[in-house]
Amino acid sequence: MFWQDVTTLSLTVLEALAILVPVLLCVAYATYAERRVLAAMQSRKGPNVVGAFGLMQPFADAAKMLLKETIIPAGANRALFLAGPMLTFILAMVAWAVIPVNNHWAVADINVGILYLFAISSLGVYGIIIAGWASNSKYAFLGALRSAAQMVSYEVSMGFVIVCVLLCVGSLNLNDIVLAQKTIWFCVPLFPMFVIFFISTLAETGRAPFDLPEGESEIVAGFFVEYSSMSFGLFFLGEYANMFLMSSLTTILFLGGWLSPLPFAPFTWVPGPIWFLLKVFLCIFMFFWVRATFPRYRYDQLMRLGWKVFLPISLFWLVLTASFLFAFHLLPHKLA
Amino acid sequence: MARLDRAARSLFLAELLAGMRLTLKYMLKPKVTINYPYEKGPMSPRFRGEHALRRYPNGEERCIACKLCEAICPALAITIESEPRADGSRRTTRYDIDMTKCIYCGLCEEACPVDAIVEGPNFEFSTETREELMYNKDKLLENGDRWEPLLAKRLELDAPYR
Amino acid sequence: MLITAVFWIFATILVVSAALVVSARNPVHSVLFLILCFFNAAGLFLLAGAEFLALILVVVYVGAVAVLFLFVVMMLDVNFTQLREGVQRYAPVGATIGVVLLAELLMTFGGVRVAPSLATLHVAPIAAQTSNTEALGLVLYTHYVLAFQLSGLVLLVAMIGAIVLTLRDKPRARRQSIARQTTREVGDTLLMVDVRPGQTMAELGIFRPLTTLPQAPALDLIGPTPPVSADDATGRGDAA
Repeated sequence: MFWQDVTTLSLTVLEALAILVPVLLCVAYATYAERRVLAAMQSRKGPNVVGAFGLMQPFADAAKMLLKETIIPAGANRALFLAGPMLTFILAMVAWAVIPVNNHWAVADINVGILYLFAISSLGVYGIIIAGWASNSKYAFLGALRSAAQMVSYEVSMGFVIVCVLLCVGSLNLNDIVLAQKTIWFCVPLFPMFVIFFISTLAETGRAPFDLPEGESEIVAGFFVEYSSMSFGLFFLGEYANMFLMSSLTTILFLGGWLSPLPFAPFTWVPGPIWFLLKVFLCIFMFFWVRATFPRYRYDQLMRLGWKVFLPISLFWLVLTASFLFAFHLLPHKLA
Repeated sequence: MARLDRAARSLFLAELLAGMRLTLKYMLKPKVTINYPYEKGPMSPRFRGEHALRRYPNGEERCIACKLCEAICPALAITIESEPRADGSRRTTRYDIDMTKCIYCGLCEEACPVDAIVEGPNFEFSTETREELMYNKDKLLENGDRWEPLLAKRLELDAPYR
Repeated sequence: MLITAVFWIFATILVVSAALVVSARNPVHSVLFLILCFFNAAGLFLLAGAEFLALILVVVYVGAVAVLFLFVVMMLDVNFTQLREGVQRYAPVGATIGVVLLAELLMTFGGVRVAPSLATLHVAPIAAQTSNTEALGLVLYTHYVLAFQLSGLVLLVAMIGAIVLTLRDKPRARRQSIARQTTREVGDTLLMVDVRPGQTMAELGIFRPLTTLPQAPALDLIGPTPPVSADDATGRGDAA
């Protein structure tokens, strides 16, 4: 009995490592990829000195961050100050438990997977708020306030988009959601929802046009002004891991997860995880692309977009989807 | 109709997509950056870089301690002290330039009646301490000896315009 | 065995952090302990097999409500010495009320008896094979639809109330009309005038708004516009 528990536990740990190590590697190289893509779009070269094509840059950066001194500002709340970045990083990591990279390839294939992801992503704001408050600095605090209001606002429309997809699937299991897209990926029939979801993920991860929590030109660096060395590094890793997480979520909800784009020979030879990765990388590229293209939103515009544009549209589309499915007897499950 | 057109444009995010198309186009274009430490951009003979004190071909220093450069220096970066030398000619005993004050305006070079103080083509003279940027006469003369061929060439190229 | 251990861990942390919510000196710490409470309650729900409830608790309470709590509490500027001034004076009254409430609670719970047939008395029995989420949905939207809608109505009233309480109509406030700004074109705002040498502004008929002189007829530079308001006169670009 006891040994059984130990075996299951150690197996789970191994499974977790099997997903976390590739994720962290991807995250490390995403920082490099972002700098290269941004540089290319601005007609620059980007990091190209450390190693061939600058490929060792992430490791150089990591070494630099690890070797620097962790500074805790006077008047900061020490425990919370250190807890903030850890929380951000941990939350970005635990969410990977339910992501299926192939049919039933998830550490935890739970019934309410999508809810779990939604819950974890809504918790992401705590790391930022705690960091902003504990830093005892006005810029950090402003960043924390901004991010709190921003994330709550965009979660609402994100929730409606997810419900919209769930209506078409009839299950909260991520595996079932992907399998339901065998005939057609949801990004086609639910295209407006796809766009709204993608933009909301930008806001949710605090990325480019919605990077008000850090807003380096107005509030210095927002919630992480006071952070240095690895406590800053954890925020950095957390942000990129969140980007990957949101891209995976977009892939699962709208881009057919591990399914090949066309269900016949040359495409089906490629294994599922490769397709999954390719789609995630496409989403990540979109993140960079958007960052290179658009200037930052003003705060009232951000709120206006979330509450006055996305919320009504997603609500309307939700009702539309439900009525359509009901009228044509397309509702999944036995309810139809 | 115009209103409909506008509504359709904003609904289909036409402007956003146009912007994204532009960035993608630039991503595929050749880069304009040069690979700096390995490649360098062209430099004008008038480029105002690190200072140097020149000598005549016979090895005699050009500076006659007229202090015109010290007088004109807008940043008060130059300090000169002078005394007659044993042979009776007036020479500087001290010629200091505080490179942290210097604004590289080139007025010292223009004021100099004997082309002694010049600004050379070198701009890669960063140091690890502040003290190293307080240049004295030895340092400036050494600079002059090191860069002399280039300095002479630059003065020659720029002469028609002076 | 493992399950029992996990239950005790969750339960202990829940009770301890609940106590700390009340006793913490710093209100921000209080809210953070409250969040810890929610988490452990969600853990207990999970152990009880109610995974939907557990995650909804996290999404709604931790992800949204507590964030706003924290938002407000962080901005509070509370003077604790001032707050604690009257404690001695009011302590007896508070203690009396507390004891009365506790006695009432004890009496109520002491009198409650669980009927032996409780397990068979489900109002809406759940089929064995349905998942947690589905079962909840089936009951909520059929048997309890009226209660569900009514609670929705209560929330609507609360929302309208909040808006009514906080909305202040500021007639002097400047609002940005994005549609108007983006649809503005050069022709709408700019008029090229041929100015001969020596010609004055008055001869051309160009005046600032509100200072129109009676003798010279003002040239209509902008085309048909809404009547000039005081805001426009202050020189805001898009107002012209």
